[in-house]
Amino acid sequence: MALSTERLGRYNPDKPMENRLTDLGPRHFWQYFPPIIQRNYGKWKYHEILEPGVLVHVSETGEKVYTVRVGGCRFMTVEHVREICEIADKHCDGYVRFTTRNNIEFMVDSPEKVEALKKDLMSRKHVSGSYKFPIGGTGAGITNIVHTQGYIHCHTPATDASSMIKSLMDELFDLFQGMTLPAQVRVSMACCLNMCGAVHCSDIALLGYHRKPPIIDHEILASVCEIPLVIAACPTAAISPAKTPDGKKTVKIKEERCMFCGNCYTMCMALPLADKEGDCVTVMAGGKVSNRISPPKFSKVVVAALPNNFPRFPEVCKTVRQIIEAYAADANKYERIGDWAERIGWEKFFEKCGLEFTEHLIDDYRLQYDTYRTSTLFKYTDPAWEVAKAVDGV
Amino acid sequence: MAFEPKQPQKELKYDELRIYSDEELNNYTEEELKNFKIKHDIPLCEELESGPWPSFVADAKRGALHRRKLGQDRLLIEQDVIEDLLGQLELSFKDGEGHWKHGGIVGVFGYGGGVIGRYSDLPEKYPSIAHFHTMRVNQPASKFYDTDYLRTICDLWEFRGSSMLNMHGSTGDIIFLGTFTEQLEPIFFELTHVLQQDLGGSGSNLRTPSCCIGRARCEWSCYDTQDMCYEMTTYYQDELHRPAFPYKFKFKFDGCPNCCVASIARADMSFIGTWRDEIQIDQEAVQAYINGEIAPNGNAHAGKDWGKFDIKKEVLDLCPTQCMWMEDGKLMIDDKECTRCMHCINVMPQALRPGKDTGVSILLGAKAPILEGAQMSLLTIPFMKAEPPYDNIKEKVIEPIWDWWMEEGKNRERLGELIQRQSIRKLMEVLDIPAMPQFVKEPRSNPYIFWKEEDVPGGWDRSIEEYRKRHKR
Repeated sequence: MALSTERLGRYNPDKPMENRLTDLGPRHFWQYFPPIIQRNYGKWKYHEILEPGVLVHVSETGEKVYTVRVGGCRFMTVEHVREICEIADKHCDGYVRFTTRNNIEFMVDSPEKVEALKKDLMSRKHVSGSYKFPIGGTGAGITNIVHTQGYIHCHTPATDASSMIKSLMDELFDLFQGMTLPAQVRVSMACCLNMCGAVHCSDIALLGYHRKPPIIDHEILASVCEIPLVIAACPTAAISPAKTPDGKKTVKIKEERCMFCGNCYTMCMALPLADKEGDCVTVMAGGKVSNRISPPKFSKVVVAALPNNFPRFPEVCKTVRQIIEAYAADANKYERIGDWAERIGWEKFFEKCGLEFTEHLIDDYRLQYDTYRTSTLFKYTDPAWEVAKAVDGV
Repeated sequence: MAFEPKQPQKELKYDELRIYSDEELNNYTEEELKNFKIKHDIPLCEELESGPWPSFVADAKRGALHRRKLGQDRLLIEQDVIEDLLGQLELSFKDGEGHWKHGGIVGVFGYGGGVIGRYSDLPEKYPSIAHFHTMRVNQPASKFYDTDYLRTICDLWEFRGSSMLNMHGSTGDIIFLGTFTEQLEPIFFELTHVLQQDLGGSGSNLRTPSCCIGRARCEWSCYDTQDMCYEMTTYYQDELHRPAFPYKFKFKFDGCPNCCVASIARADMSFIGTWRDEIQIDQEAVQAYINGEIAPNGNAHAGKDWGKFDIKKEVLDLCPTQCMWMEDGKLMIDDKECTRCMHCINVMPQALRPGKDTGVSILLGAKAPILEGAQMSLLTIPFMKAEPPYDNIKEKVIEPIWDWWMEEGKNRERLGELIQRQSIRKLMEVLDIPAMPQFVKEPRSNPYIFWKEEDVPGGWDRSIEEYRKRHKR
């Protein structure tokens, strides 16, 4: 049964329920495992990284599967997918896999095949010069950055995603291809607080953020939005009912209470927040999802706002590089960024990273007390002396 | 051990299913691509073509050229859709604001999810993306594919959609990015009839479950993540397609506490593989690590000279519970004290392995910050056997939780927020489980206990007259 080339295919708009199939679920995974994976399912004994981007997994049966991992853009065209297929057909008997971090993995069963595959992958470049399939993203280095849609498809973004990730991965390319860091550094990016990626628990998280309260489209608000739902959507109760001068129902906003989360806009299109000057990039650091050595952690805000400097985001790239370099120079082997910051103290984190600690970084939301330091255990850094000076203490 | 799908699956052969001929698929030269200009000026986008990392702009351009050369009579939505998308992206960079309208309710008949409506707010300027709806296509567990499948969806999506997609979206689906309303049902019919393949979830329902690579290619997976992911996805199709929940609900399946799919941060219900017996030790391999014959941590630190491997410094001293020591040249572990953090196993994968008596820990309630702040999952079920068909997990955990959340959850309240609003104590009632210290990091530091009447001897029914007999006013 070939794909249909009729305009409406197998669908008959006059009888929409006719021949409708539902609730089929996904294709079953087993048929997509290469034979070596099928043969050794559940029998893997150990693995090793042979070089950046190349893994070997050894089975109890003695078989070995070699994986070459390459970076991928989460956004791709069918032309790119077809090229992936061409490579998979040529080297991997027609099998390929994608990782949760948008990498692509090609698997083969011998070291000779690895060499041919690597050569092929690295030789493929776009006409503008960038690699199509750069090898790397393993071990103690930077792997691909997971991200959200941004201006490509989303209606609530405070920045763009694909452009920032392209720029940042260009900046961090040596770390993607190397394994020179104390531990893996997971960078993630979300265009707004809705965070359709897990950025809140990443070693470094980049977050698009609005900084101007919603503009109210009084003309249409009542006709397109459920006012009680809009009011209930505000976590700080900043929104209340109001009337326009000509008597139309609308809302008013206590602007000083707005924390720019955008939840009202999610509920109501008449309350847009996006703004060229207001929208910015917030940098967070020190989160992780693994339970290794220490519990999973949230990322903490370390830079409140960097400009949306399209399309290359030089300030974001520089800041991320700065954090990673300070970490690489100072952290112990196996220590994630968050573990390092906790060991040296967050005051030292800012000093070593060369980042300014501003008032914006002090929590003043609901659980702020959890972040208070209620001890005399601290280290002296410049901002501490500034406080001492301010009260004529020194 | 081979697995069987719930229903027999037909084999997909691209050559029997394809739309485009080989000539059509190879319809431009590198020279043409170099000289190709799209219909809009996009200098800012073009700045993203240089540099070593794969350029999505360069890729988009070749997609655009390919569509132009195919011609409109071989495409059902506008051939210049990619060009208009790049044009609008360029304008968004200039404006510092996106140009997609808010919302738009579209879908396929009978489903409440799987399609996200999207419209350009500049349809006159960019008519080919006037509609730009996405479809979420449920990926096979852990995202292995063969090229017959991938080539077939490429033809389908080029013919009926924009040619642009995400491999993959954040929740794990293949995302078909951008088509017109007219094509939603035809695409759905092609997916179900030809590819025997369904849409994923969106909206207030079960979102497409996802899992780590599991036993397919990892030595640490403590249960069959793919099998459980597939079973839960197919068993709960109704919950996935027909929104009946207060808000979204995510399952994620991690084979071990390394949490490669981030279930602990991202899933309302996180299934994390674990074990309850002893870490398996190969003492000879331990010696090989000590002697420097095997690189630690699977050679993950090869890019820098960290000096000779020191088992004390790198393993024993970093063990969070200090439950390991060397005795007569042998590595000893007091497994009763171990919290299964995976560090020692990660460092010495050839010497140490998880135990053999394995199952899952179930944690509840993770979510991103909207609304009350981000939450990570709460350790709720410390250990549970996880074997097909997982009836114990469905009946004792998933369904009671859903019943409670559907009954008590407020509009747009995630499970984690409901737990916080109604307490772990309430959760214990719902699941009919006793208290355990493992629910919390530490006991409460305030004594504001909500005592229940039945907890207190004599109950609460007291008489003020009796009281006044003992205490004058």
